[in-house]
Amino acid sequence: MTVVIERNRKAGADATPATGGAPISVAEATRAKGREGSGLYRKRTPIYPKLVHGRWRTIKWALLIVTLGIYYSTPWIRWARPAGAPQQAVLVDFTGRRFYFFSIELWPQEVYFITGLLVMAALALFLVTSLFGRLWCGYACPQTVWTDLYIAVERLFEGDRNARMKLDASKWSFDKLWRKVGKHAVWLVIAFSTGGAWIFYFHDAPTLLKTFWVGQAPMTAYVSAGVLTLTTYGLAGTMREQVCTYMCPWPRIQGAMIDGHSLQVTYRSDRGEPRGPHKKGQSWEGRGDCVDCNQCVVVCPMGIDIRNGGQIECINCGLCIDACNEIMVRLERPTGLIAYDTDEAVAARRARQRPVYPLVRSRTIYYGVALTAVSLLMAFGLATRSPVDFAVLRDRNPTFVRLDDGSVRDGYTLKIENRSWERRAFQVSLGGLRGATMQTPGAAPSAAPLSVTVEPNQVLALRVLVTAPPASLTAQSEPLIFTLSGGGRAWRNASVFLSSDVAAQ
Amino acid sequence: MAERDEDETSGVETTGHEWDGIREFDTPLPRWWLIIFYASIAFAVIYWVLMPAWPLITTNTPGLLHYSERASVMREVAAMRAKRQAEGAQLQRATLEQIEKDPQMQAYAFAVGQSIFGDNCAVCHGQGGLGGKGYPNLREGVWLWGGSLEQIQQTITYGIRSGDPNAHNSQMPAFGRDGILQPSQIDDLTEYVVSLSHRPADAAAVARAAPLFQSNCAVCHGAGGTGNQLVGAPNLADGGRQWLYGSDRASIHDQIWNGHGGVMPAWGRRFDANTIKALAVYIHANAGGQAS
Repeated sequence: MTVVIERNRKAGADATPATGGAPISVAEATRAKGREGSGLYRKRTPIYPKLVHGRWRTIKWALLIVTLGIYYSTPWIRWARPAGAPQQAVLVDFTGRRFYFFSIELWPQEVYFITGLLVMAALALFLVTSLFGRLWCGYACPQTVWTDLYIAVERLFEGDRNARMKLDASKWSFDKLWRKVGKHAVWLVIAFSTGGAWIFYFHDAPTLLKTFWVGQAPMTAYVSAGVLTLTTYGLAGTMREQVCTYMCPWPRIQGAMIDGHSLQVTYRSDRGEPRGPHKKGQSWEGRGDCVDCNQCVVVCPMGIDIRNGGQIECINCGLCIDACNEIMVRLERPTGLIAYDTDEAVAARRARQRPVYPLVRSRTIYYGVALTAVSLLMAFGLATRSPVDFAVLRDRNPTFVRLDDGSVRDGYTLKIENRSWERRAFQVSLGGLRGATMQTPGAAPSAAPLSVTVEPNQVLALRVLVTAPPASLTAQSEPLIFTLSGGGRAWRNASVFLSSDVAAQ
Repeated sequence: MAERDEDETSGVETTGHEWDGIREFDTPLPRWWLIIFYASIAFAVIYWVLMPAWPLITTNTPGLLHYSERASVMREVAAMRAKRQAEGAQLQRATLEQIEKDPQMQAYAFAVGQSIFGDNCAVCHGQGGLGGKGYPNLREGVWLWGGSLEQIQQTITYGIRSGDPNAHNSQMPAFGRDGILQPSQIDDLTEYVVSLSHRPADAAAVARAAPLFQSNCAVCHGAGGTGNQLVGAPNLADGGRQWLYGSDRASIHDQIWNGHGGVMPAWGRRFDANTIKALAVYIHANAGGQAS
């Protein structure tokens, strides 16, 4: 086969501008790649983010504590429910097929509430992104939060940027060994406690904590904990910014949310350029404020240069703002050379106009209205949620049965859901068909309503046989109405009664 | 080693072989692929040691774990049997009526009955139990051999003409085929059977057939033709909606001539008593008509 593999070409093309010299042939580029290893992927350039102090870093630390706090502590909140029900505030109970969230208890049939919640989350994300850029990515995304935590651990063992670079370049020694082993061990502990915390959302936390260690927890708990340990360790420890750049679809989607008026971490090129080194005492006239100190680059956890403008890799975390402000203060220049700003504002300043920040734009209105509508719909649905649901399923085979006295019988299964925590007594009555009688299998037919009791938090499947005398059957399909009444309320369910055309016989 | 042979255009090393001017790239295998390849080899070796793998002359290497798929299935079957035994225990003690009236036992009997019915009975009686020509309808309350719980249980257990000594064995004679009656007499009897359900019939033929009916048919079907469940003789005076072989004149004539009678297996040989109890309750409770 003589197929010229396209990626070889690309690799060559990439290599060309980087050298800056004469263009090299594809063949040469491939050979060069062969020397550095397999040519199937671009090797990751290691990033050593430097520690920075400042307003945004402080906010990020605070949010890290809050979000991790919520994640780890939520399953441990207890909530009083009637006896027999789980006493855990937030619980996804797969075995019992219920979802508990504080005072709300959802059944699998009501999964649309979860769908609604996800739609709300998506719309809220759209709105926030169109207003303030990728705040989610920079501050609240688990990938960012855990990566931040892992980098902090790394710093603890291996020191800050320069020390880490030196350590990685050095030969193996006892010092390097214990630092590396220590770092990975702590990473694994964090990863395990992350995976371990996840499973508490699905089982009673205090019970699971005990059974987990003696090997009596369900297999799913061990598997989930194991898988999440590995993914946390892998994603936050070794993959880091590659997850955002290559794996996550969100940066691509966000291109559609952001416009020129969205706030983003922005290098104010109107003020910074032309950049260049600055000696103390030198005049600032005729030059930009950027002194090319590279601090914004070395602190960036994504390894990019914000001065190249908005980029797909940028997670909008603002650490470069802190880094730059530190330098500006030292240079006694105004801070905010890098800041949360908009492309339009930078362009306006360059044109010596007053920058405007219109928060109300067509897209923010659309997202806002959609978000409000879905939220109201959800609130309405939750507020008017019935504790009882009533469904009627008519037998399909046989559709009807003719008895030897000429009357016709249809079979139905009534599903009565009692979503409350009390036993409920109901009466099932029949309407719409004259002379029809009702019976449960094995009982005697009667025209009187059936009395049933449904246990708390249970569904009763009640089989009912309805018999109608030939005189009342005028059409092949007659309307039949089941009414469920109890506790002063009634639920109607319209079905049909099928028979062959009696008149034709 | 020979000189590296490289492709001019791409710079990728080739295998050095040439077929009709076509050479093959010697692209290095991806690292992830190699890792998986070596891991598979390691896995295979571990598997040989732990699991049954190599065929020998009469048996195979058992492996350290002594795993056997068949043994595992048999264990599961045994476990399921034990579970059913435990769940069916209350059916064993209870009478059929108690099972039908008790909501919990009824629900269990329905679950068992529905599955057994679908796998075994539906072939002839239909998924909904409505039967067909030659196969009785189990839903409409007309019973050849009796529709009480005990009668249904009896019929299921021993079957009909199944060869079992306790089966319902009676059979209608083939009056025409075996030459018991003359063809003209069978024509007259056909008219007589039609008249039993108050349908218009040839009065002269009916009059001629009346003594014939009393001497040949009444012993099973009764003097008034109302049938007898002890011998599975259907009621001939009910209009014939549920007759197994049809109620028009041709069908009646054919039945008197040939005396059709089907066979139902003795299910007691295949299922335990609890399963048959469950099945009887399932059929009885979902059928119309007769209470026990």
